[in-house]
Amino acid sequence: MQRHLISAADLSRDDAVLILDTAEEMARVADRPIKKLPTLRGRTVVNLFFEDSTRTRISFEAAEKRLSADVINFTAKGSSLSKGESLKDTAQTLEAMGVDAVVIRHGASGAPYRLATSGWIDAAVVNAGDGTHQHPTQALLDAFTMRRRLVGRDAGLGRDLDGRHITLVGDILHSRVARSNVDLLHTLGAEVTLVAPPTLLPVGVETWPCEVSYDLDATLPKSDAVMLLRVQRERMNAAFFPTEREYARRYGLDGERMARMPDHAIVMHPGPMVRGMEITAEVADSGRCTAVEQVTNGVSIRMAVLYLLLGGNETALTHARTTEEK
Amino acid sequence: MSKTLIRGAKVLGGDPRDVLVDGGVVAEVGTGLSAEGAEVVEAAGKVLLPGLVDLHTHLREPGREDSETVLTGTRAAASGGYTSVFAMANTFPVADTAGVVEQVYRLGRDHGYCDVQPIGAVTVGLEGAQLAELGAMHESAAGVTVFSDDGKCVHDAVIMRRALEYVKAFGGVIAQHAQEPRLTEGAQMNEGVVSAELGLGGWPAVAEESVIARDVLLADHVGSRVHICHLSTAGSVEIVRWAKSRGIDVTAEVTPHHLLLTDELVRSYDPVYKVNPPLRTERDVMALREALADGTIDIVATDHAPHPHEDKDCEWAAAAMGMVGLETALSVVQETMVETGLLDWAGVADRMSFTPARIGRATGHGRPVSAGEPANLTLVDTAYRGRVDPAGFASRSRNTPYEGRELPGRVTHTWLRGKATLVDGKLT
Repeated sequence: MQRHLISAADLSRDDAVLILDTAEEMARVADRPIKKLPTLRGRTVVNLFFEDSTRTRISFEAAEKRLSADVINFTAKGSSLSKGESLKDTAQTLEAMGVDAVVIRHGASGAPYRLATSGWIDAAVVNAGDGTHQHPTQALLDAFTMRRRLVGRDAGLGRDLDGRHITLVGDILHSRVARSNVDLLHTLGAEVTLVAPPTLLPVGVETWPCEVSYDLDATLPKSDAVMLLRVQRERMNAAFFPTEREYARRYGLDGERMARMPDHAIVMHPGPMVRGMEITAEVADSGRCTAVEQVTNGVSIRMAVLYLLLGGNETALTHARTTEEK
Repeated sequence: MSKTLIRGAKVLGGDPRDVLVDGGVVAEVGTGLSAEGAEVVEAAGKVLLPGLVDLHTHLREPGREDSETVLTGTRAAASGGYTSVFAMANTFPVADTAGVVEQVYRLGRDHGYCDVQPIGAVTVGLEGAQLAELGAMHESAAGVTVFSDDGKCVHDAVIMRRALEYVKAFGGVIAQHAQEPRLTEGAQMNEGVVSAELGLGGWPAVAEESVIARDVLLADHVGSRVHICHLSTAGSVEIVRWAKSRGIDVTAEVTPHHLLLTDELVRSYDPVYKVNPPLRTERDVMALREALADGTIDIVATDHAPHPHEDKDCEWAAAAMGMVGLETALSVVQETMVETGLLDWAGVADRMSFTPARIGRATGHGRPVSAGEPANLTLVDTAYRGRVDPAGFASRSRNTPYEGRELPGRVTHTWLRGKATLVDGKLT
């Protein structure tokens, strides 16, 4: 197991289950009056955000603080280029201040991978979303939410998502959430189906470990969870689909469609939601929609990841400060 | 100028011959030639080729002297066995006037490492809107015959048509960088299985192929000749093959890196593999090799594209596109074409010297190794194998994708009109 978390594809089944189990322990901390563990006391984590993302940054920050880490927030709007300073210099500057881990969000696919493998810095790197590549902690919190709802909070411990049918709907082409989820859900034994108009699926998707469908209605009755991905309105200007209304009619989830899902099935959304586009208010506000729960679970998952990378179980996500990869 | 006797070299890979160079020309080719009064270069076992000609080089001067100059670029060329390079027009200012092309031409002449033949821009500022003064550049001291907006595609069909027609008046050729701009907005790598996984914007093969298809039809329609820069896909090969079978006057080049590397390398997110057109798939690589062997692709051209370290030591999306290639081209061709049995050394001479000189009308270059011809020669130690070490490059830039890779062959000597520019692997 690596000392960085760059891609959901890097996680083995056992790594992933350990993170989910650890997150359940972390979730109990949130139920206490004092929501704090001393685990990362004296360790410094920097949240290096080159892209606006208030919700993800706050989630990481909450996780870091609950583990008693010292937290530095570095928010640089726009790319490293527009700022004039390179990613390399920014990262090295922060490490020179004694940072143990870098949580990075970057608009360029592969930026966290470069940071972790180019010998620029020594700190552990956690990918908080890179371009249209990966967002592994999102996939983990989604899997955590699915396991709780579909297998059970206590019954789920030690278990994966074997045989569960998960459907992802929306802008797969531009989605790091979709890529991470396909990788992780496959590792956890789930059967994944992607549903989107052909324009919003990448060329090459046929090699992914999942099914692809253009027909949402045919997929709903056999889904244990339906995850809706945000569809940005401006995509229609680039001819990915004709109009907002047509997209909503063919691929949006409304109450009528939701009724075709099995009774136990849940509706998920990584946020931010575009109500009236991929999801109607009726669905978003229903008890079957886990969007808010996913946010809560995100903190537990990020606590688990940081704990295992920086302070935790030596047999699992070990963070050995060695000279390898230098 | 002193006399040189190159003794026992396999001329174009054939039987050993002595080659006597005197006064800038090949005086005699034979066996047992007298060494009297001549400096002797023992060349037993080595292959003697006509000086290589690169139809596609970026020398960066004027404007980006931090990455390359005419001096460092022509030294790199001599080091790689080249005696003539065609310098692309995308400099700052753009080589779209007689003044700029004459400047580049003279710098090459003055330095004396390798002839520099400037390529003129097709359109003013490479902007694709208005024809540059092609006739003035042709009539200048630089005598430009090849025109290209390389780096950008002449995407407007009417402009392309007019350019093809216009240069017929003086035997010019348009070298097209085939890239449909709308299909490649935000493109970062070859579109396919790997780009889908890496989440990098795709550069689809069809964006190249559709422009080539259009341009061979345009060339046919107006009766002009067109040259395709850095052809990179199996589909492009099919189109060029079809056009040639119809008698259309089209020529095409392939770069060394497209003969060897694939988009699988991009999984490293290391921008040293970022190039335009992008590295394609194994299937494309095999089709390109076959096409170069059967003559569908006429020549190898380096697309030598120097960039300073900081433009590659960054995240993929922020990095510049391009690779240096002059100093490794012949080794890559030996690896991919000679050692695979696809080409013999006479074939290499054709693809890297005779034919590029003919396409670019480079007088005095790409000539046979025989008495009376200009002594532009390259001597290659084909038995050599070694790892590529960019620290030893003569180029000012180090952005090679081959660092640490073992490649065969090493140019030991280069002569430009009888004057040695490279001796025992060292620049003079």
